[in-house]
Amino acid sequence: MANNSTSTLWKTFFFLLALTIVEVILGIVKPSPLMGAPLGTSWLNILFILLTLVKAYYIVSVFMHLGGEKKGFQYAIYLPALILIPYLTFILLVEGGYTFDEAPSIY
Amino acid sequence: MATTADMEQPEKVWGGGNKPFAISYGKIMMWFFIISDALSFSGFLTAYGFMRYANQLSWPVAEDVFTHFPFLTGDHPLLYVALMTFILIMSSVTMVLAVHHGHQNEKNKVILWMALTVVGGLIFLGSQAWEWSHFISGDKGAVEINQPGTVSARAANGEMKDIRLGNNVIMHVITSGGDKLSLSQVVDGENGHESNHGLEFSSEEVISAFKHNSDLELMMPGKEKLVIPHAAAANLLDTKALAVQGANMTRNEYGKKQFANFFFFITGFHGFHVFSGVVLNFIVFYNVFLGTYAKRGHYEMVEKVGLYWHFVDLVWVFVFTFFYLV
Repeated sequence: MANNSTSTLWKTFFFLLALTIVEVILGIVKPSPLMGAPLGTSWLNILFILLTLVKAYYIVSVFMHLGGEKKGFQYAIYLPALILIPYLTFILLVEGGYTFDEAPSIY
Repeated sequence: MATTADMEQPEKVWGGGNKPFAISYGKIMMWFFIISDALSFSGFLTAYGFMRYANQLSWPVAEDVFTHFPFLTGDHPLLYVALMTFILIMSSVTMVLAVHHGHQNEKNKVILWMALTVVGGLIFLGSQAWEWSHFISGDKGAVEINQPGTVSARAANGEMKDIRLGNNVIMHVITSGGDKLSLSQVVDGENGHESNHGLEFSSEEVISAFKHNSDLELMMPGKEKLVIPHAAAANLLDTKALAVQGANMTRNEYGKKQFANFFFFITGFHGFHVFSGVVLNFIVFYNVFLGTYAKRGHYEMVEKVGLYWHFVDLVWVFVFTFFYLV
């Protein structure tokens, strides 16, 4: 089991904190170059989701020490989440875009 | 016999006591619980996304909803949840430090960091209670339209477009200049307060005040901010309209009913996880204090609650993004 030194832990904390601060600043300022909507949502939202995944990776890998476990176990944890969750999200969001389109009253 | 060596190997594997992936049983099971819980939360969050995509025009924009910060007046979107995120990440660090010192068998340091983790969890729960109480008591109030049919609305670029309304459509009162008004300002004009806190207004007085002031219009809560001009709006308010203040499971002043339902359910379910985590952390803290794990020779129990606690933090990172940022 990998035993992270305390300095790694604090570095990770400050990194996560910095990412959160960047997210909040972007969320308040909403820079106009990022407001275009290429894939059904704005660049800013895509950036938020990517930053969230980065944060999730560091929490799981460093704080939860998954990075120090055997490769086979890492896959047992990562793969179900990485396959099932995007799959479900994709289906439901696409379907949500069509839902109520034909109903007599949509709003 | 030549076969003895061959026989011993299966007996070791099937006789129990071995560790798959070189991790203890308890930690593997905690990981499997975490995976199943992660899938539950992703189910809730994608259901939220589905509803939001299906109801774009009436889905509230989070930064119009969560605008308060303790002891500060005015609009501060995102700041408070950012503080809550900070508190939870901070308590994740104190937890991982407790685990770290557990590996070194430093009992007093484990006690210190576990105690701080419990305190962090309690502060987070308190913040959530504050946020819920503001969400429930509401801010500016809204009106609910119950007149299914087609109505012409003005988009941000000035163009008119037809939208189809159903029942229970929440709309906010704005001036023709685009400023959002509280029900208090609608009824009492210049003497009104910016927020309704503590004041209740009847549907009749709000509707009649709206009709007598031709400067007032109605706006849809969604990010497109469609506006219904005064004449059409007064028409919509003619039958079965209601004044709505605050939020509950039936209606809320922010927009689509499901928004509040998901808010209560997802943040409530997460808050319940935090609460359970605080209880578990406290039990483990107490056992560390009693010396249970020192006697046992290892602090694996701290690691196991640690895994759970980091998972709770992880879920909040996603709730923060999908409820408040996106």
